[in-house]
Amino acid sequence: MSADDVIMRARKWMQEQPWELYGTQVSVLVRNEVRRNLFTRRRLWVYLLVVIPVLILLAHNLFGHDTTDAYYIETETRVLAGIVQLYYVRLGIFFACMGIFTWLFRGEMVERTLHYQFLVPVRREVLVIGKFLAGTLIAIFLFETAVLACFYLTYSRFGAAGRAYVFDGPGLHQLSAYALVTALACIGYGSVFLALSLLFKNTIVPGIVLMGWETIAPIFPTWAQRLSVTSYLRHLCPISLPVEGPMAIFTVVTEPVSPVVAVVGLLCFSVAVIVLSCFLIDRIEITYTVE
Amino acid sequence: MSSPDRQIVFENVSKFYGEVLGVNRVTFALDQGITSLVGPNGSGKTTLMNLLTGLITPSRGSIRVLGLTTRQPIEFFRQVGYCTQFDSFPPGTTGYDFIFWPLRLHGFGSKQAAKLTDEALERAGMAQVAKRKVAGYSKGMRQRIRLAQSIAHHPSVLVLDEPLNGLDPIARAEAIALFESLAKQGLHVIISSHILEEVDRISDRVVLMSSGYVVAEGQIREVRKEVRDHPMQILVRCSNAARLASAAFELNHVVEAKILNDGCGVLIRTRDAEQFYLLLNKIVCSGLIEVDAVAPADDDVNSIYQYLIGSNGGPV
Repeated sequence: MSADDVIMRARKWMQEQPWELYGTQVSVLVRNEVRRNLFTRRRLWVYLLVVIPVLILLAHNLFGHDTTDAYYIETETRVLAGIVQLYYVRLGIFFACMGIFTWLFRGEMVERTLHYQFLVPVRREVLVIGKFLAGTLIAIFLFETAVLACFYLTYSRFGAAGRAYVFDGPGLHQLSAYALVTALACIGYGSVFLALSLLFKNTIVPGIVLMGWETIAPIFPTWAQRLSVTSYLRHLCPISLPVEGPMAIFTVVTEPVSPVVAVVGLLCFSVAVIVLSCFLIDRIEITYTVE
Repeated sequence: MSSPDRQIVFENVSKFYGEVLGVNRVTFALDQGITSLVGPNGSGKTTLMNLLTGLITPSRGSIRVLGLTTRQPIEFFRQVGYCTQFDSFPPGTTGYDFIFWPLRLHGFGSKQAAKLTDEALERAGMAQVAKRKVAGYSKGMRQRIRLAQSIAHHPSVLVLDEPLNGLDPIARAEAIALFESLAKQGLHVIISSHILEEVDRISDRVVLMSSGYVVAEGQIREVRKEVRDHPMQILVRCSNAARLASAAFELNHVVEAKILNDGCGVLIRTRDAEQFYLLLNKIVCSGLIEVDAVAPADDDVNSIYQYLIGSNGGPV
């Protein structure tokens, strides 16, 4: 088969697809999943992961009056960087995505409701995309809100000096970088955990393995580092944090990559994992008794 | 015989769960009308229905429904509705939402989906409680809301796994009337049920299953004829029962002729019903007896079940 034949077939296939229907189905799926999964008692531990730094900063603002001097802005900036780059990106988003994305399919197996999704005229690939988008929206909403709250709490107590740092200094740039890193972390980890949930019944062990991989990936060659979400995010973080002591285990050192390559690389990585999930979903059978 | 594009066709279908047999070498073609799947627990009825609707994939063989397979989900699930036995629902859903949102996934606009939802709720007798959460429904109501969902998009093939479970007698009668009316509209209705009497009354054909195998399949009377180990029972209400009994005994294939207690009828057991009917015609034409009624006494699902599977037709 020549290249022209392949292109012609692909074009014909594209023209035959009911894209409008797919669009409607994805929007309905996203709406239903977000409604079911955004605020639910089952997610309490996720909300806790999200809100812990916010509560700590709030307490710090309320009771730590001795550090409101502009002199401390640099120190607080590093604290904020630690919260976002170490806590949220390495731990909070990782475990929250584990909870949110693995539950999208595995949870429906546990609740014995997945068959309803399989008995409607929806391609399973569309189902994967709809659920992934819903999970991504939920994770991004929760963590972007938290990062924004942390940012506000960090600089608001410095008054005019804080405003100057944000609007006339590097503050807004840092905020947009944190927002980007947070969103990409949700997309990257989300895609991986969605795929893992279609591969394994219990994703805790694969999750721990993934955590270990994310930690040790920097010691591997460059091509292997491309399979790690953190290696992409590292290049987008606005503040360099030389961490010492036990927390050093969560720091990674990777080869320098331009931010554009990091963003595109992570998005391509996530798309590849979602495509893999589209193949995996075809293997899923409704056998609730063995779940 | 219909064309395969208008039938449900199983071709040498097997399903194994590891080393456990689900169903084995199932081959049949079903036309429109009501087909009952009958068999004891674990005989493979639900497996067969799950295979038909793509919830599980066959280890071997192929399945086509009106010429479609589950690899074409958009076309396939527009034609097929499945009311499963799984008594579980998405948390927090109302009866209305349970039907409305799947219809939106079919591609219906909001107005059309709302109209179809109302219609399905009405047909299942659930319109009054549609806005309540399903979690608060009784078992019968949950059964009916699942039934409503499976018929809401006007499928051509309706698969019902134990649809009468949990229904009170009135709701059961209404459900059966609904199945009959759907079959009259030209639908393929496939029902598994353990209430053999009711299944028998409405079925056009049966698929009898045991231990993962199809033991018999076809129209009930045809299946009964194939069960040669058990002579057919024919009840004749007539004026001169003794005369008929003695005439019947002259035939080799008649194994028993039992005069009824009231003396106004004979229960014949014969290995060749056709020959017996010929004899009966002759006797009636000769004016020796007057016949009030002739009816097969054991060509129902219950008897066939008893003969082929060996139970007394209790819960299956």
